[in-house]
Amino acid sequence: MTAFLSNLINGISLGSVYAIIALGYTMVYGIAKMLNFAHGDVIMVGAYICFCCLFDLGLHPALGVLASMVVCTLLGILIERLAYKPLRQATSLSVLITAIGMSYFLQNLAQLIWGANPKSFQTVIPAGSVNLMNGQLKISYVSIVTIAASLVVMAALSTFVSRTKMGKAMRCVSEDKGAAQLMGVNVNMTISVTFAIGSALAAVAGVLMCSAYPTLKPTTGSMPGIKAFTAAVFGGIGSIPGAMLGGILLGIIEILGRAYVSSELGDAFVFAVLILVLLIKPTGLLGKAVREKV
Amino acid sequence: MKKFVALLLAVVMVASLFAGCSSGESEETKAPVATEGAAAAPADEGTPAGTIKVGSIGPTTGDYAQYGKAVENAIAMAIEEINAKGGLQFELLGEDDQGDPTMAVNAYNVEMQDGMQVLLGTVTSGACAAVADVANEERVFMLTPSASSPTVNEGRDNVYQVCFTDPNQGASAAQTIKSLGLGEKIAVIWNNAQDYSTGIYQSFMEKAEEIGLEVVADSTFSDDSNADFSVQLQAAANAGADLVFLPIYYTPVAAIMQQAGAADYNFKFFGVDGMDGLLDISGFDTALAEGSYMLTPFDANKTDDLTSSFVSSYVAKFGETPNQFAADAYDAMYIFYDACQDLGFTSETTPQEICEAMIPWMQSYSYTGLTGENMVWAADGCVSKVATAYVIEGGQYVSVD
Repeated sequence: MTAFLSNLINGISLGSVYAIIALGYTMVYGIAKMLNFAHGDVIMVGAYICFCCLFDLGLHPALGVLASMVVCTLLGILIERLAYKPLRQATSLSVLITAIGMSYFLQNLAQLIWGANPKSFQTVIPAGSVNLMNGQLKISYVSIVTIAASLVVMAALSTFVSRTKMGKAMRCVSEDKGAAQLMGVNVNMTISVTFAIGSALAAVAGVLMCSAYPTLKPTTGSMPGIKAFTAAVFGGIGSIPGAMLGGILLGIIEILGRAYVSSELGDAFVFAVLILVLLIKPTGLLGKAVREKV
Repeated sequence: MKKFVALLLAVVMVASLFAGCSSGESEETKAPVATEGAAAAPADEGTPAGTIKVGSIGPTTGDYAQYGKAVENAIAMAIEEINAKGGLQFELLGEDDQGDPTMAVNAYNVEMQDGMQVLLGTVTSGACAAVADVANEERVFMLTPSASSPTVNEGRDNVYQVCFTDPNQGASAAQTIKSLGLGEKIAVIWNNAQDYSTGIYQSFMEKAEEIGLEVVADSTFSDDSNADFSVQLQAAANAGADLVFLPIYYTPVAAIMQQAGAADYNFKFFGVDGMDGLLDISGFDTALAEGSYMLTPFDANKTDDLTSSFVSSYVAKFGETPNQFAADAYDAMYIFYDACQDLGFTSETTPQEICEAMIPWMQSYSYTGLTGENMVWAADGCVSKVATAYVIEGGQYVSVD
């Protein structure tokens, strides 16, 4: 029983990381209608920036997190300006290919700057654990902080989108870009802000992910990026609570699948679940079905 | 304007891809080696004209870049030293394969076109076996620094290894654990997507059964899921293991140790030569590795002349401590240099002539280098050398004798 509970907690903790990454995917998809495959690599950049601040400059962890958020925000805006904005009128396929190219660009750039050797991320969260049930169940501080951070981020993001003027603009652009423009919404600005927020989230995700799983190398972001994309689709792409739910469920499925069925098939489970959900409910768990008007 | 920006971006991206791929050889090594070679050759009397072209193929980008880079750097450094002596001159042809068999065969073809005479590679086992098939047919000699799987030279007479073979290591790991009495109940965590890890795991399990070691937990991971080890550590703890055997590379070893530390598990760890490099990961808390055991042929802290001069010039040149891959590659280049002197190879010798001459020569040859003393080779291409057991104490390797 305790083994099951601790696996469950590990699953939720891993899922929370997926959830924060998935939030970035889902926001950008919801508003710009594009799959930003470079998102996973922005996470990696965020983690590297934080690593440099802590390890090379010896700054306080909070400053490190802040610095990596600032750098990632700027990077997100820059990527959007240089790579995606010129393609706003192009077909979605060209944008997709550009995003994949951007992903490799960032990976190779990181290798050029920081080298191919993996770095060991120093956790920004104190090591140790809370003991429950007479010490049989251990919950590490990293897990607690990760889960809490993802809940806070989701709540903040939901409030931002539903309550603020910029949030309203985002919802407008997401519903109908042309109409929003006619009503005086600055579409380009809105999309840039979306990228900025998504990239800041990526920085947070990068720091949390590397605190829990400390191996940092140029390809660190790619697999979690793909899984988080799966989570976003699983939960219903475009939906903020959906990304959260999808991420956490995916983490639990992965860990429990590895623990109780086969440690070799953990990833296979993740993607099998995706296929099943898409067969039964093509819009994802919380996705809204949009009827095509003829 | 938009089009211009898009075009500019495309150009920058393409350029950066190339920069990423070849930064290791093009700027640092290829150019200086070639020019120095050309400049030094006439100065020395009796040197054959032209340079002998040595190929190297390995993952210099991607997930295994730290191994491919180490090998390419070390070969380049050895060549530079040899060229500076005057006499025979060498040139390195380096290609990236990202550890992928298809890309490795392509890289091999490119290097053959560029006039490669011998291949000191490839770095990873899977890619090496693929290239070995082609090279065996075309009769090109391969001396791989680091591809340790037996699949690399099984049924091929033209492939020799500088590193240990995997079965060899698995068996000596089991033997060492038994004879030092390191653990009663053993858990194994291995990478079932990798030839290296699988090979060591299998021979370890066979030997463990033979000598009566109790393996209580056996769990795997793959290259795509190498970040989270909570499940595997949990399984080991539930089974009451006191020692965890890790026949894997050092990157996941670091992650396992950190996660075991964060969750307060008190295992003893035992690694193999892939664990070398662990203490040099920047940011890694070496206290986590305290008291861990490993088998390795190379120790960067050894104080003999050869090791210390190799380590200091490598650090000066590339800014990091060389790992076991670099040491194996450096040895490989010097072994080939010895062969060139003994057998009189020149830039005119064809790859086929080199291959036929090298095969009998290797079997009668003995080499003492960074990774072993009096290394000798059997006809199957496997090296025999001694694996030394080390324990990590105070952030240093201390030999267990």
